Amino acid sequence: MQFLSDNADLLWSAFLTTLSLAVVSGVCALVLGTVLAGMRVSPIAPLRGLATFYVEVFRNTPLTVVFFFLAFGIVQIDLQFPSRFITAVAALSLYTAAFVCEALRSGINAVPSGQAEAARALGLTFGQSLRQIVLPQAFRTVVPPLGNVWIALAKNTSIAAGFAVTDLTAALQRLANANADQLLAVFAAVVAGYLVITLPSAWLIRVVENRVAIVR
Amino acid sequence: MTSQLAGGPLVQLTGVNKWFGELHVLQDIDLSIDRGEVVVVIGPSGSGKSTLCRTINRLETIQQGEIRIDGEKLPEEGKALARLRSDVGMVFQSFNLFAHKTILENVTLAPTKVRRQSKAQAEQRARELLDRVGVGHQADKYPAQLSGGQQQRVAIARALAMDPKVILFDEPTSALDPEMINEVLDVMTTLAREGMTMVVVTHEMGFARRAANRVVFMDGGRIVEAAEPETFFSNPRSERARDFLSKILNH
Repeated sequence: MQFLSDNADLLWSAFLTTLSLAVVSGVCALVLGTVLAGMRVSPIAPLRGLATFYVEVFRNTPLTVVFFFLAFGIVQIDLQFPSRFITAVAALSLYTAAFVCEALRSGINAVPSGQAEAARALGLTFGQSLRQIVLPQAFRTVVPPLGNVWIALAKNTSIAAGFAVTDLTAALQRLANANADQLLAVFAAVVAGYLVITLPSAWLIRVVENRVAIVR
Repeated sequence: MTSQLAGGPLVQLTGVNKWFGELHVLQDIDLSIDRGEVVVVIGPSGSGKSTLCRTINRLETIQQGEIRIDGEKLPEEGKALARLRSDVGMVFQSFNLFAHKTILENVTLAPTKVRRQSKAQAEQRARELLDRVGVGHQADKYPAQLSGGQQQRVAIARALAMDPKVILFDEPTSALDPEMINEVLDVMTTLAREGMTMVVVTHEMGFARRAANRVVFMDGGRIVEAAEPETFFSNPRSERARDFLSKILNH
């Protein structure tokens, strides 16, 4: 305990880094994933093709490889992110967006086709009918799978530790390496840090799911 | 009832053909509907009557022929098609009210998003229309909380809120419990009397007799016969129509 309180500053800032990696990437992935899902059901074939290509590339590439490419690969084409944190956010967002897109697309497919037909028959454009009718109903049915994506993302942030971002996992490595006798204490603190993020999420997902449920 | 002939037919289908794969579901359809006219389309299931109804606002595409609404050729897609659809109301067999929106929001959505009316203006009109179809007191409920007959009357109010030139009814009473059919047909009969142009696909022969200017009988993707209701029901010309009527009217 004494050891943990001596290193409280490091652990606290590591926790905040993990939390902000997850939240910022989660928001970016949600926005990008929604746009991708809209493209995948769009009547314009090139948009559909582009979104499908994106999803297949990022869903089937290991996250570590995505990190590696963004951290080192893009230097080859004279690009660089302003900070390691932003590199990590970009990798997590690009990767997770593919999963958000697919979860959302399954929700879009679950919306009865009559809903979109009624919207189009009233004169709403494709975009309007997607925004007003289809997506709001799709989101409601995919709260549980989106919850899974969010929890996976929260844990995937640990890859950033390998790319010089001082998150919880990096703190674990650093403290445990220097103080082998305190391994269990550090381990418990770090696991608790992840659980503080993921456990309330699971509860929140259930609450949101019940709240937004639509009766048919 | 006479049709007003201002500016030619409101809906005109010329040489319309449609295939679902091998199946030739609409064959050489020519049909012209005047302003204020109520056309009831009847026929056995699979005769293409619903498909015909759905081609008029291009929910179904056609492979050959031409459809004009108020003289304007149906655009193929995009904003022009959306604009034209906003003038063509549609009432579906399964109501298709927006499940996540209240009754009032269902009716105000298109006027505010498509016609750019103010929220207050759209709500006032929506409440008038909901009162008119007898569901004004349900405005704040969600569709699933209403009976089928009430939902279908809301769907009619939703179509009316756009001040359409014509309303298409695709079997509007086929999904309803028997005791709810009349409350919907009453609203439709009133609309017909008030001069709304209507295309109604239905099995309700009573409504056809009461409200139609013309009955169109379809079979096998073709229009077999078209006549005034009295003529059609008392003296059908085609063998196929006689056979169809004998099966449904004897019960």
